[in-house]
Formats: sequence, C-alpha cells, structure tokens
Amino acid sequence: MIENLFFMNGYGLYVWSAFSFTIVSFLTLFLIIKIQYNKEKNKFIVKFGSLNSERAAFAKSQSINKEILSNISNI
Amino acid sequence: MFKYFEPNKIFSITSKAPKYVLFLFIVILSIGLTEALILSPEDYKQSHSVRIMYVHVPAAWISLGIFSVMTFLSIVGYIFKIRNFFLIAKSLAPSGLVFNIIALVTGSIWGKPTWGTWWAWDARITSMLILALFYIMYLIVWRISENDDKVFKVTSIITILGIINVPIIKYSVDWWNTLHQPASINILSKSSIHISMLFPLLTMTAAFALFSLLIFLMKYNTELIKIKNKGLDRL
Repeated sequence: MIENLFFMNGYGLYVWSAFSFTIVSFLTLFLIIKIQYNKEKNKFIVKFGSLNSERAAFAKSQSINKEILSNISNI
Repeated sequence: MFKYFEPNKIFSITSKAPKYVLFLFIVILSIGLTEALILSPEDYKQSHSVRIMYVHVPAAWISLGIFSVMTFLSIVGYIFKIRNFFLIAKSLAPSGLVFNIIALVTGSIWGKPTWGTWWAWDARITSMLILALFYIMYLIVWRISENDDKVFKVTSIITILGIINVPIIKYSVDWWNTLHQPASINILSKSSIHISMLFPLLTMTAAFALFSLLIFLMKYNTELIKIKNKGLDRL
C-alpha cells in the first residue's frame, strides 16, 4: 500500500514532483506576500509612533488607521 | 453601488478574514490531497500519472479566471474611475501568475510520461505561456511606473489585449489539432469524467480558489497599508 503510494506503477516521480512543485509554489508565494505585509505594517507603526499627539489623534480618527493598529497580530 | 467598494469600508473585513480563509484552505486542501493521491482511482490508460490532473487543471482554471476578473475590474475601473478596482486587480495578479506557472510546469511534468516530451509548441501550451507573459507585463508595469494614471491606462490595455488570448486558450483544443486533450468537463453538456475523479478535482479547485483568496486578501491589505503610509507622510 505504502510502496504503491510512493512508486505509483513507475509514475511516482512525476506525480510527486508535480504536487511538490505546487506546494512549494504556494509556500513561497505565501511567505513573500506575508513578508511584504509585515514590512508595510511595521513601517506604518513606526510612522504612526513618530507623530505628535495632535496628528496622531487626527490619524486615529480615520477608521482604517485604527483598524491597521488593532490588527497587528493578524496574518 | 460602488461606494461599498471603498477601502475604508472593507478593510475591517479584509484584515480579519485571512486567518479564517487560511484555516479553511488547510482543511479543504487536506481533503483534496487525500482524495487526489490516495482515494481516487488510477486511469485505465494513463495509470497513476492521471493524478497530476488534480493540480494541473485547477491551476489552469483559476489562472484563467483571475485574468478574466482582472480585465473586468480594469475596464470598469477605467470607465468609472474607480481606483479601488485597480487595487483589487493588482492584488489578484500574483496568485494568477503563480497558478499559471503551476499549470505550465505540472503540464510539462505530465507531458513526459503521456506524450514522451516535456514541452511541445502546441496551441494550448503556447497560449498558456503567452498568458503568463501578460501577467508578467502587468506586474512589471505596476512595479516600474510611479504615475498612477499612466499605470491604470497601461494595465487596462495589457488586460484587454491579454483577454483576447483567453478564448484562444479555451478553444485551442477544438480549433487546432493539438497534443493536448479536449476538455473532459463541460458545463452545458455531459462531462466525460467519472464522478470518482470529478470529486477530487472539484475539491482541489475549491482549495486553490481559497488559496488565491487568501493571497488576494493579504496583498490587498498590504496595498492599503502602503497607501496609508503615504498618507501619514503627508500629515
């Protein structure tokens, strides 16, 4: 059963290569997008932290800015 | 109607959705992989190599679907001047390109045991390669151009030119004598694929669709934060 799953009548190399390539592509794209997302979010937090209280209050009045700050731990 | 597509309104949803989509994707992918690699039967002609279909076909479908949606968004966005539609189209492009590449590479891997060659300049394969070039051009324009109006115009032209290729990809197997087999699944007429193979195929398609949704949401959120970063600079 296990042997058949790996070798698949001689087609195992092709089948597993195709599935592996797909999974590796998924992981690579996910990591690239996640790194980009974290980079932009960290930039936002640093910039927001450097605002004076008046500007920070104004920036926080925009709902989207509040959302970004409140979703720091999300994906 | 278009006011519902304003970034401020949808960010609260798009920022929370990825973790749920990721969870659902992992569940559906696990079911799909079990079906595709273990439970589904081998083909009487192609034996186990038919299993490559479960990654090749959904990847090709989603790649074509994403490009069609990008074209629609670009055209509507350009006509009605809806900036957010361009942002959505831009966020869809990376997963569209990756699915296109997966379709080409897995097709090539499938071609070796089936046709005896890794690559043939067949109408279906060549037109899929051309689609990948349109995706690459689209993403390059976004990367190199600073002028938003120019980007909107050029990317719209790229998608309009690229969409001409989509029906060519779909009907290439009917219009020309190709190595590539004709479609086994038809929405309007009876499909030639057995249910035992159709189920894993549809499950994998659902998993791939969820993955493209996940990447879209993460990319879209990134783009919105990028815009907000520029906004903070102006404060």
